[in-house]
Amino acid sequence: MTAEFGLVALWLAAALAALQLIAGALPLTGRGGELAGLVRPAAAVQGLLCAVSFAALVVLFCQTDLSVKLVAANSHSAKPFIYKLAGTWGNHEGSMLLWVTVMGLSGAFVALVERRLPERTMLATLAGQAFVSLGFYAFLLMSSNPFERLAQPKVEGNGLNPLLQDIGLAFHPPTLYLGYVGLSVAFSFAIGALITREVGPAFARAMRPWVLGAWIFLTLGITAGSYWAYYELGWGGWWFWDPVENASLMPWLAATALLHSVSVLAARNALRAWTIMLGVVAFSMSMVGTFLVRSGVLTSVHAFAVDPERGTFILALLAINIGGALMLFALRAGTVTEGERFAVTSREGALVFNNVMLSAILGIVLFGTLYPLLAEALGARVSVGPPYFNPMGALFVVPMLVVMAVGPLLRWRRDRIGRIRHELIAIAGLVGIAAIGLAAWSGIGLLPFIGLALAGALAVASLMPLRGRRLLRTPLATWGMVLAHFGIAIALFGMASESAFSVEKLVAAKVGETTQVGPWAIRLDGVQPVAGPNWTAIEAPLSASYRGGSAVVLHPQARSFWQPPQQTAESALLTRWNGQLYVVLGEEADDGRWQLRLWWKPFAPLIWLGGVLIALGGLLALLGRVIADLRRIAAREKIAYRRERQGR
Amino acid sequence: MTTPKAIAGWALWLPLGIFALFVGLVLVGLLRPASHEIESAMIGKPLPPFDLPAAVADRPGLALAHMATGKPRLLNVFASWCIPCAVEAPQLAKLAAAGVQIDGVAIRDRREDLTAFLARNGNPYARIGADDVSELQMAIGSSGVPETFVVDGKGLIRYQHIGEIRAEHLPVIEGKLREAGQ
Repeated sequence: MTAEFGLVALWLAAALAALQLIAGALPLTGRGGELAGLVRPAAAVQGLLCAVSFAALVVLFCQTDLSVKLVAANSHSAKPFIYKLAGTWGNHEGSMLLWVTVMGLSGAFVALVERRLPERTMLATLAGQAFVSLGFYAFLLMSSNPFERLAQPKVEGNGLNPLLQDIGLAFHPPTLYLGYVGLSVAFSFAIGALITREVGPAFARAMRPWVLGAWIFLTLGITAGSYWAYYELGWGGWWFWDPVENASLMPWLAATALLHSVSVLAARNALRAWTIMLGVVAFSMSMVGTFLVRSGVLTSVHAFAVDPERGTFILALLAINIGGALMLFALRAGTVTEGERFAVTSREGALVFNNVMLSAILGIVLFGTLYPLLAEALGARVSVGPPYFNPMGALFVVPMLVVMAVGPLLRWRRDRIGRIRHELIAIAGLVGIAAIGLAAWSGIGLLPFIGLALAGALAVASLMPLRGRRLLRTPLATWGMVLAHFGIAIALFGMASESAFSVEKLVAAKVGETTQVGPWAIRLDGVQPVAGPNWTAIEAPLSASYRGGSAVVLHPQARSFWQPPQQTAESALLTRWNGQLYVVLGEEADDGRWQLRLWWKPFAPLIWLGGVLIALGGLLALLGRVIADLRRIAAREKIAYRRERQGR
Repeated sequence: MTTPKAIAGWALWLPLGIFALFVGLVLVGLLRPASHEIESAMIGKPLPPFDLPAAVADRPGLALAHMATGKPRLLNVFASWCIPCAVEAPQLAKLAAAGVQIDGVAIRDRREDLTAFLARNGNPYARIGADDVSELQMAIGSSGVPETFVVDGKGLIRYQHIGEIRAEHLPVIEGKLREAGQ
């Protein structure tokens, strides 16, 4: 019953999306104005129905209902409860249902809360949201029905890919999806504004919290995904330029650019067409990313179940949504009136520069991700990796970071470099000192060298906007910017340090033998079998001591899961303030030795700490904006109330 | 003061143009048949135990017991929703006409779709098992459809062909079948 209940809720939600589209679009053409009142309730109920449908699927997974095809294909009764729960979205159909649910709920939220925009723009926005949703409903109901029953229930399920049986699965995909789909709201706002040609500060202020919120979740999702891949894959790397990673990075780059341009639009009423365009591009990148990893056109470490029918379906959705939006943009953007002017040397100027750099990086990542396809169309099989992405990315990241250090110090509209010369000299001096210090330390590559020097300068520069301010009276949004920029410096430092100073060792060790890796002495204490709920493993206790200090025991494992039968390497990590020790247990060699892979990665955890700081900065900014909005609304109501009393 | 000048008309069409290029490119990627040689880890290994119910009314289901019969045969992993599977149908028909035993495994399929597919493209299979949750498919290391396995008389996997069987692949498959029969 639960499955049928969920399916009915999903069909009803789709029907309401259709109603929302018609009721929102008709009044714009001048007919059916009386329908306009239906739009907001339809959006709200649609969100609710989506949530009900998703809850039904969660229940099916928690009960391991093996008469449902999706559960039988992806779950197993002996699996720990948390993975039964997380297994709901650890597969194609379930994750697409999560996608429409997030989309439905955010549409409902916009419909219920947003009252600042002209009603026509809101109608167009909600109609746009309904249009995009309808495509995904069609996709779910026609080719990815998560509630399909089996003619004969299975006795036991197939199990979940052991790599996914990790706490990371519970958090990483939903976080990323909140980000991906949150951008759909920005997309719909952009469409709405294009249709009614009302682009201005009010529009930017309405759009900004959505961009910020989505961006925070994207940042967290990417950070979590990177850390998850780092410890779960056991390869010791934290970013592989894999198509799936790029698929999450591209919307983030677009959203970062959008976040800054929407601020210019809100504060200065400039960059109108550009902001609209980024609003379209950001969500387009979410959809392109989803398409690339779901359709199987690119091979990646993420092996999703793929079939060509689905790929074609998503491509058709993409062509309609993105193609339509860009067509609308091409037709209308020329008629959106021009915004305010500004000088090259100004905060706007710096933000425009960074927007261009971010777009260039986005272009590079997109091109590199698609290049294997292009090459294959021409008859060659290639794989594009760090040798392309790192230097090409750095070409634009470095100037961007330099301007990022200076930009926040500039004033809006027009400024002189001379005014901030003391700050500039201080930053340049720091870079110089750092560079000389590092140069003495010979033997590190050019990119890590630039990275370390820039990270130092950026860390200091990012705090400068607080100079001379009363800290308690500084707006939360400013604090947010400072923290996020500081987080970039921290993450950059971690990345550069990891790549410059990591020590790696592959040894075949006997029990009792000690190996030196960097400052660590590591002894293999023994090898023992251990068992988990749905796996058995070989575990190797290792005593690690830092510069002769007291030993800490690590437990790397080589696990064998039995349903589905698969082996995974569970790495063991030891984190100190100045770095991370990373050990992986490999195969047994013939003579009783065991392969061990050992890494000492100085300051590597700063990569993810930086990511968390960036997201936290976003959160502060979001809180600041929302509080300011609420105050403004309260003040307006007070004024209106007073006027009313005086009028009587 | 400089200002972002009114953007040239053609520039506004640029994003759409880039997007059109993207769609064209992935369309080529999607339609191009996936057919690359991979040495399977399952070669030389026995088939795992399995027992699949019948996928269509006029063919029995498929179990391990039907495979190790002393005579080499083909195990064809396919689906009615898979376009390259229709492309390889004439080659399978040729093999079946030459007396090769072919068993089918239908992946995540529906009975009515499958019946229609077989009516349209011919039915070279002796037995067709329904693998609704890709259970057997995963167990034999097949990652997509279509794929074809040469299985010898003892039930050992001797060869894995990934992608559709085109006319030029027939000699290889026939050769592998002969090898497996020796």
